Amino acid sequence: MKGALPILAFAVLMGLAPLLVASNVVLNFLVFTLIIALAAQGWNLLGGYGGQYSFGHAAFFGTGAYVTAILQVRYGMNAYPAFTAGIGVAALVGLAIGFLAFRSGLRGSYFALVTLAFAEVFRVLANAAEMTGGAAGILIRLQANPANFQFAERGTFLWVALALVTLALLATLALERSRLGAQLVAVRENEAAAQALGVDVLAVKLRAITLSAAMTGAAGGLYAQYFLYLDANIAYGTWISVEALLAPIVGGAGTVFGPVLGAVILHGLGEATKSLAGSIPGIDLVIFGIVLILVVRFPPRDLPGLLRRRRRA
Amino acid sequence: MGFPPEIILEAVLNGLLTGAVYGLVALGLTLVYGVLHIINFAHGALLTAAMYGAYVARTALGIDPYVAALPLAALFFLLGYAVQRLVIGPASRGKDENILLVTLGLSIVIENLMLAVFRSDTRSIDAPYAMDVVEFGPALLGYPRVVGFGATILVGIALYLLMTRTATGKAIRAVAKERTGAALVGIDVAHIYAVTFGIGTACLAIAAALLLPSFYVSPRVGNAFVLVAFTIVVLGGMGSVVGALLGGLIIGVVESLSGLYLGESLGQIGIFLIFILVLLVRPTGLFGARA
Repeated sequence: MKGALPILAFAVLMGLAPLLVASNVVLNFLVFTLIIALAAQGWNLLGGYGGQYSFGHAAFFGTGAYVTAILQVRYGMNAYPAFTAGIGVAALVGLAIGFLAFRSGLRGSYFALVTLAFAEVFRVLANAAEMTGGAAGILIRLQANPANFQFAERGTFLWVALALVTLALLATLALERSRLGAQLVAVRENEAAAQALGVDVLAVKLRAITLSAAMTGAAGGLYAQYFLYLDANIAYGTWISVEALLAPIVGGAGTVFGPVLGAVILHGLGEATKSLAGSIPGIDLVIFGIVLILVVRFPPRDLPGLLRRRRRA
Repeated sequence: MGFPPEIILEAVLNGLLTGAVYGLVALGLTLVYGVLHIINFAHGALLTAAMYGAYVARTALGIDPYVAALPLAALFFLLGYAVQRLVIGPASRGKDENILLVTLGLSIVIENLMLAVFRSDTRSIDAPYAMDVVEFGPALLGYPRVVGFGATILVGIALYLLMTRTATGKAIRAVAKERTGAALVGIDVAHIYAVTFGIGTACLAIAAALLLPSFYVSPRVGNAFVLVAFTIVVLGGMGSVVGALLGGLIIGVVESLSGLYLGESLGQIGIFLIFILVLLVRPTGLFGARA
């Protein structure tokens, strides 16, 4: 497939990291960035290609994470089917929220608000329910064995996360080239026109949000397997909704590499700020916010676009 | 159900009183929506900033929040004016998504600056009157809530007079109704936008001063209020001032009663469910005209 080469090149380069770097701090940083990139790639399908800005992707991330954890801890299921089920349930949650929101014709700010509210409902419920471990959270037992989707080496986990991100990139590329991708962009650019041309707008949006939720749910499941601990504020917290949206916006919404690029830029900047400014809490997020304001303030609204404009000028 | 009538009455009355201050928070949001047609995601973060403002006034300068309310309002008017004029206005370029993103960016910056400066500890002031109660028939009402209710009514009256009796108010209403027409007759639309945003932010500062004696402040406290405020605004109808105040009262009572019946942790669910239901079923709200 044309365009797959840069993706494979990225996978190979990133895959070299565990062979070159032994530092756990660096590997930790890379794994976390990959998890964010995967969640953001999910947001990108719906928000970037479809123009439907969700402020509540935590609903999908948290569902993927909790289902993965609960099936193992409470029902003794193996991690791999649990992870797969997590993706499936997250996709269903996406379909359900999408059905309610899109059928009511919610768009723009209203769609953002309703997704935010759904994520909050999940957070409050997860914080109160017994199944999720309530406010104390849920712990997956440490059994570092590949059969349990747990790895003694961080480098191995990085490869697994990288494989999932690479799959997500290839899937995004395939979507971009597909009929659905074209219809999605048409809906983003002009919904009324797309409808007039015979695009089934509701069906297109529903497919997009289902795929989007599945991908972000996978990121949640991966998070659960890596950190082996969840609580409601982690799984359904606003932070992940914001991260999932920020990375594609900064890196280039509606592009294949945007979310990965954005996640790397933002977290690179965040780490740099933290090492410069010391341990002031929240300082990296201040930088994230400023970057977001700047990329929106100066079109074409993402960093790669800014650089292109520079070169042309 | 299980509760004697005077407990329920007390919960309803306290809900109404708290709801009035919620209404004040929502008032700023709905005013900005009604005139600028934007949803300000930084509203909660600005409220947090104002609560810290009142907190610092009390702890560093020894000024009571009720005294600090007016100077804070003036300060936050200027802040709001500057934010709209220098950040939100230029970034929006007429696009809904851009405003969503830029106000989200603002909220992240403000919230985390507060976190960097004040750390994540929850703080409160020990106002001597915080625990005082006012007897109202069989019910005991918290003194800070009664003050909050009274002050909200005063702010409501002041805003009404401002909108109906002054040239600025007329200009704001003109811009809200017909922006291009207003610009044609010589109204500086960018200035009026910023003034409106400033007024909305000033409402927040007053609400913050009213909330501080009975609420904790932490860097993320605004999030809790802003979702409530969004619910109120959506319930009352985007852009409707009366809707915001009535919606505030309704939500205050709902929160108080669902807290009574479901307990503190699940109490918020009632609000979110109302929010989602209203958005799905009647996004124009109870008093709003347009979607």
